Amino acid sequence: MQMTAVVELCFVLLLFLLFVSAQAVDRSNFKTCDQSSFCKRQRELKPGQSPYRALLDTLELSDSRLTLQLINDNNKVRLLLELYRLQGNMTRVKINELKPIKPRYEVPDVLISDPITEALSVVSQDDNSLVLSLGGNEQRLIVSAQPFRLDIIEGPQVLMSLNSRGLLAFEHLRVRKDTISHKISSTVGSMWDSIKSVFSSNSESEETTGQQKEEQPTSEDGQIKEEEEEKPGMWEETFKSHSDSKPNGPSSISLDFSLPGVEHVYGIPEHADTLRLKSTENSDPYRLYNLDVFQYELHNPMALYGAVPVLISHSTERTMGIFWLNAAETWVDISSNSPDTVSSDAPQTNVRWVSESGIIDVFIMLGPKPADVFTQYASLTGTQSFPPLSALAYHQCRWNYNDQEDVKAVDQGFDEHDIPYDFIWLDIEHADGKRYFTWDPIKFPTPKDMLKGLMDKRRKLVAIVDPHIRVDSGYRIHNEIRSKNFYVKNKDGGDYEGWCWPGNSGYPDFTNPEMRAWWASMFAYDQYEGSMENQYIWNDMNEPSVFNGPEVTMHKDAVHGVWEHRDVHNLYGLYVQKATSEGLIQRSGGVERPFVLTRAFFAGSQRYGAVWTGDNAAEWGHLKISIPMCLSLGLVGISFCGADVGGFFKHPSAELLVRWYQAGAYQPFFRAHAHIDTPRREPWLFGPENTALIREAVRQRYALLPYWYQLFYNAHNTGQPVMRPLWVEYPAEVITFSIEDEYLIGKDLLVHPVTDEGATGVTAYLPGKGEVWYDVHSLQKHDGDQSLYIPVTMSSIPVFQRGGSIICRKERIRRSSSCMENDPYTLYVALNPQGFAEGELYIDDFHTFNYQKSKQFIHRRLSFSNNSLTSRNLAPDAQFSTESWIERIVVIGGSRPSSVSLISADGVESALEFEFSSNPAVLTVRKPSVSAAADWTVVLRREQFINVYKHLGVRKLGDFWVNYLFKRKDSDWSIFNEKRKLKSAM
Amino acid sequence: MPTRHLKDGVNVYQTAGKKCKFFKLFRSRASSGTQCLFLHLGIMTCVHLLLTLVFAVSLGTPVEVHRPRGVPLSKKPFYEENKPFTCLDGSKTILFDQVNDDYCDCKDGSDEPGTAACPNGKFHCTNAGYKPTFIPSSRINDGICDCCDTTDEYNSGAKCENTCKELGRKEREVLQKMAEITKEGFLLKQQLIEEAKKGRGEKQSKVTEMQDNKKQLEEKVEALRTVKETAEQPEREAKERHLKAWEEQKAAIRLVKDKAKMAEAFLELDDNADGLVSVSELQSHAELDSDTDGTLSEAEAKGLMGGVEQVDTATFESVWENIKDKYHSESQPEEPAPVETPVDEVKEPVVDNESEPYPEDISEEEDEDDDDDDEYHEEDEKAPPTMKTPEKSQEDEEAMPPYEADTQVLIEAAQKARDDFEEAEKALREMDDQIRNIEKELSFDFGPNAEFTYLYSQCYELSTSEYIYRLCPFNRVSQKPKFGGSETNLGTWGSWSGPENNKYLSMKYEHGTGCWQGPNRSTTVKLTCGKETMLTSTSEPSRCEYLMEFITPAVCQEPSNIDLSAHGHTEL
Repeated sequence: MQMTAVVELCFVLLLFLLFVSAQAVDRSNFKTCDQSSFCKRQRELKPGQSPYRALLDTLELSDSRLTLQLINDNNKVRLLLELYRLQGNMTRVKINELKPIKPRYEVPDVLISDPITEALSVVSQDDNSLVLSLGGNEQRLIVSAQPFRLDIIEGPQVLMSLNSRGLLAFEHLRVRKDTISHKISSTVGSMWDSIKSVFSSNSESEETTGQQKEEQPTSEDGQIKEEEEEKPGMWEETFKSHSDSKPNGPSSISLDFSLPGVEHVYGIPEHADTLRLKSTENSDPYRLYNLDVFQYELHNPMALYGAVPVLISHSTERTMGIFWLNAAETWVDISSNSPDTVSSDAPQTNVRWVSESGIIDVFIMLGPKPADVFTQYASLTGTQSFPPLSALAYHQCRWNYNDQEDVKAVDQGFDEHDIPYDFIWLDIEHADGKRYFTWDPIKFPTPKDMLKGLMDKRRKLVAIVDPHIRVDSGYRIHNEIRSKNFYVKNKDGGDYEGWCWPGNSGYPDFTNPEMRAWWASMFAYDQYEGSMENQYIWNDMNEPSVFNGPEVTMHKDAVHGVWEHRDVHNLYGLYVQKATSEGLIQRSGGVERPFVLTRAFFAGSQRYGAVWTGDNAAEWGHLKISIPMCLSLGLVGISFCGADVGGFFKHPSAELLVRWYQAGAYQPFFRAHAHIDTPRREPWLFGPENTALIREAVRQRYALLPYWYQLFYNAHNTGQPVMRPLWVEYPAEVITFSIEDEYLIGKDLLVHPVTDEGATGVTAYLPGKGEVWYDVHSLQKHDGDQSLYIPVTMSSIPVFQRGGSIICRKERIRRSSSCMENDPYTLYVALNPQGFAEGELYIDDFHTFNYQKSKQFIHRRLSFSNNSLTSRNLAPDAQFSTESWIERIVVIGGSRPSSVSLISADGVESALEFEFSSNPAVLTVRKPSVSAAADWTVVLRREQFINVYKHLGVRKLGDFWVNYLFKRKDSDWSIFNEKRKLKSAM
Repeated sequence: MPTRHLKDGVNVYQTAGKKCKFFKLFRSRASSGTQCLFLHLGIMTCVHLLLTLVFAVSLGTPVEVHRPRGVPLSKKPFYEENKPFTCLDGSKTILFDQVNDDYCDCKDGSDEPGTAACPNGKFHCTNAGYKPTFIPSSRINDGICDCCDTTDEYNSGAKCENTCKELGRKEREVLQKMAEITKEGFLLKQQLIEEAKKGRGEKQSKVTEMQDNKKQLEEKVEALRTVKETAEQPEREAKERHLKAWEEQKAAIRLVKDKAKMAEAFLELDDNADGLVSVSELQSHAELDSDTDGTLSEAEAKGLMGGVEQVDTATFESVWENIKDKYHSESQPEEPAPVETPVDEVKEPVVDNESEPYPEDISEEEDEDDDDDDEYHEEDEKAPPTMKTPEKSQEDEEAMPPYEADTQVLIEAAQKARDDFEEAEKALREMDDQIRNIEKELSFDFGPNAEFTYLYSQCYELSTSEYIYRLCPFNRVSQKPKFGGSETNLGTWGSWSGPENNKYLSMKYEHGTGCWQGPNRSTTVKLTCGKETMLTSTSEPSRCEYLMEFITPAVCQEPSNIDLSAHGHTEL
């Protein structure tokens, strides 16, 4: 078939041009630190005396900003240090060249706004230091002049030190001495000259230029020259067959952070590695450089598709974060003083950041609790976008569903096998010759019919739109981008071109706001022909992937406006998703919430949709690593994360596929996906037993959708992650600090998926001394603060509900989440040992911005104490009507009541039927039938029960039948009904 | 309450009347005083209920037999009005009011056949005018029209139209058409079976006949073999004589040449022209070095000289024996020795059959496999000629003289005997092939009545926008690009692969060309009844796994009149 040929062609290309080995990642395609000249230069610096000295007499302090010059005593180049105290217990440290010969890149569009500053004040000052107050809690910032260092202290305790190991290094911009005339005459150079002149005429006075002239001669001791010319790779660098022209020369930056008392650090995704970051003393540093890595390797600090330069530290005492706002290639070294090293007995973790260009701009989030760090980071970069409910349901994807008939048949297959799903996905083959925004005229001749067919089933579709644009004068999108001059440029000023799926492709410059606005407009229904409101978008390959580029990405000397690709690289993917997501909002006139999946990401990408862990493989190790990979993303704001269920490459065994569905059902983004060369693997192709197991896993997901939805609402409002490492909720339990085979959803569900082949049991750690956990399937109670062995069968998904929580489920599983919108809720009230529980219920229309724009939602607090369960309005100013009601209340871990009654908002009390089983202790209250929107209380009465027990035969109770029921200790419904039958027959 | 609820007022089951009786969603067995409390959803609900009531009353009693919603007629006896209901699995007995009250009481879901309350419930659509069916109860009121009589969407607001009549009509049309096709197809199938029977008989008798012929041929071959061997004996002897004479002649020539060379070498070595070759004179020829250290030491030279300091022309003869293999003439130092080696080999004239690089059977096979464009195969075939060329160039001027006339006569006689023999042998082989082919054909499973026989050795093509697909039943499936490019093998005949009850509904072709990082291509051919025999569609549902649809009368079942009337039955 056509597909076969084209794909084979592509793969032949991939195989021969790029990937010599087809078996696993070809590491030689990607740089090591040694092969990245700035990383090598920087890593050669060893800790010791810093050449930097703070010039305390240059101090300038306004209300919220302190500036100070730093001088490098070796080359006399001056830097400008800016310090800010930010609202919410954060400190911002910026370091730039005082007088760069041209501006250095400062990352735009990542912070949601200018952070709100708070007053800084000087507490004391002497010849060599300066003490600033950071507000309450005795927090101080100490600036030491020589050598320059910053210490943040609280009382007597040092929380964090900057440049304490003297690894601040700032490669100042310089003119290339040997080929100066050549440089100036080059296109880029002259462009820079003009920019520089604009810049200097705006902001620089004669005085400063004078100063510059004055300073240069003072550094005639030759050290500059030595430093500038000696190191290789400063002005040009080659990797494999690619060369990087580096017209601006060396520009890297570095800074070290010491964290006394800290042994556990997390974050800086994306790496296929453990949740807890490892020491990199004997390996390469963790690398942050968005790359399309073919068949990536596990447990490796190599860069992957996305980058979030945020590191979280945690100890029993305090949780903190470091946000290194830089979009260039970045390497992070981690080392620790374990007790055996001579220097000190106290544990300490050292973190060193190195970036290729830009400035040092760091946000230090001081916690102190995990939740505080999440709030602090959210205040800077925003929170997770609130997805439409359906996006939290199950997604069925494959590269590729062949044609409209195939889509229809798969859709039908889900109905025939009674498995719910909300989205079916179309990969690159759906477009006409990989021209995104179009449809293959033979395979998808009538996309609207297809979309309408899905809409009739209340289902949706996602089509891929990648940022590489086929260079083809017959392609409207290409022609418009070219005529509007929206393509990224190559170093010589022409449109940058590279190879990707369609062959020769251009790359739109998403850093350009005009380009993004145009791109967004292309999603309008009249622009994107064949699209409809139930079609959503997937942005893949946005690292960007360039098959024939260095490290399968764009040349660093490509040009985005006035900046080099080097400066903006890690930001490209964020911009693609941002523009696409804005397009989806605009096409609905601002009404509908968008859903866009991206592979590449950066800090702030959480605002635009979901991410997945890229092209994994059908291997048990990849199933396992999906947990720490998504946990790491959650810690740095990106909650909407998932891994390809089943594994993208290779063919999963039925057991692996089932286990992956079971795990995926409890991860935020739940999508099955498969490579085009793998055999089909729709859930019903592995025999009826496995179909039933997969069906059950998916159904468990749908039952819990109200909980997922509420957690995403919460994440959207507060920045708290949806999927959390145990330590986030149990920050003092050291045993949890390295756990990565289980996790919490919100704070109330603990999941320990089975991720081992042939497993007959798992050992789960249940945290919390004095707490209890209930197995959500058997409702058996287990004590916290223990490791529990759980025997498993193929149907087991070990999940526990925290005693003290209330979780709302919808237990009528239908074809899609939309079909379940008006269904009733069942409340699972899991009591803690004190007989208390609480939870929330959030309802809105599940897909528009009306919850935000016109406060159309229901948000209720459910709390159980003193034997009554109450629903209370958490948002009295919001309004929404729902047809949903409460069909069942399950109280776990309590004792048998004598009666249960409902008290409605107007005070009317009525009895409710119930049943109780004592082992495990489960009370099921039948049909309270109250609206989910209403105020109500359900009261369990025990006093009367005791009365009954004491005085058998006493009739006067709430209901005439209750005495029959409670004369028997182990009554159940059937006995109850027998009695009642007798009664009614009488 | 939205008006959309109005049209759904037909709740066919009516219980003794309390004012909220129709609204099953919130019915409870609790006292009447609490009942409306349960309808706490508000006034809206009650308005809805009242309207529903009015609507239902105005419609009058429905024609259908009273039974709870979603219960099939066959199960009606289990749902006795106003009597306690026992779950169909016997697990529990509940009040009748709790049937279809939108709360799941029975583990088997039997108390809620008409609501979505039970996870495992089944809802029965009567679908008057079409086929009655069960749907999962989760599809009740989910906003999607599942039952053609619209009864599954009684409270969701979905705008469903009753399409049962239309569906029934369409189905009857299809069935009618199918019946016609089946009827005609089945007639054709009978013919096919007849033809197959006939053909099979013919083939069997042909095989028998050929077996007889084969015997005769074998005898003939044996006879000719004897003739050939008899004729080859004198030929071989004559040839050997000739060869021997030539060998002797060659040896004499070689001796003379060697002597001349020796003399030449002596003159060359005798640098000082004193008529003697000395050790030092010999040492100038480093190539004679025996311990391969690059130089000819004095001791080595002396060794070659037979231990003496110098030799004259006579004694040089023994020295020459020691050095002639390595000796480089100074006049032509570039010329390497190997030219001489082939001289020692017996050069056979290329008449002999055994040196023929293309044995006939191979080339025949290739002819048969002509459509198989396996490239490796081709390369193998092409390889030998290039290897043969150097042999030819090695022939030197010393070619063997032609045979004498009487030898030539013997050769020609033997050649004729050989030709006759080979011809007979070839005929025998062909005969064998033919028998084998027919036997192979006879061994195929052509269906219970050999109705698929006619597909054998046929090919059917289907052209798509890009490819021409070719199905040769019981042989192979292939795909050829329309606009250039080589053919791809999508599988060769494997087996019948239909369902257990009729394996003849599908064919499997396997082991086609391999896919990159994937399996070998394979094709499943689904057979359906048709008047004609043709390929109707092809697809690739999974990578490298193809699916073809093929119609043929051979799968047409005997038409049964019961079929149509059976459908008639279900219409009420």
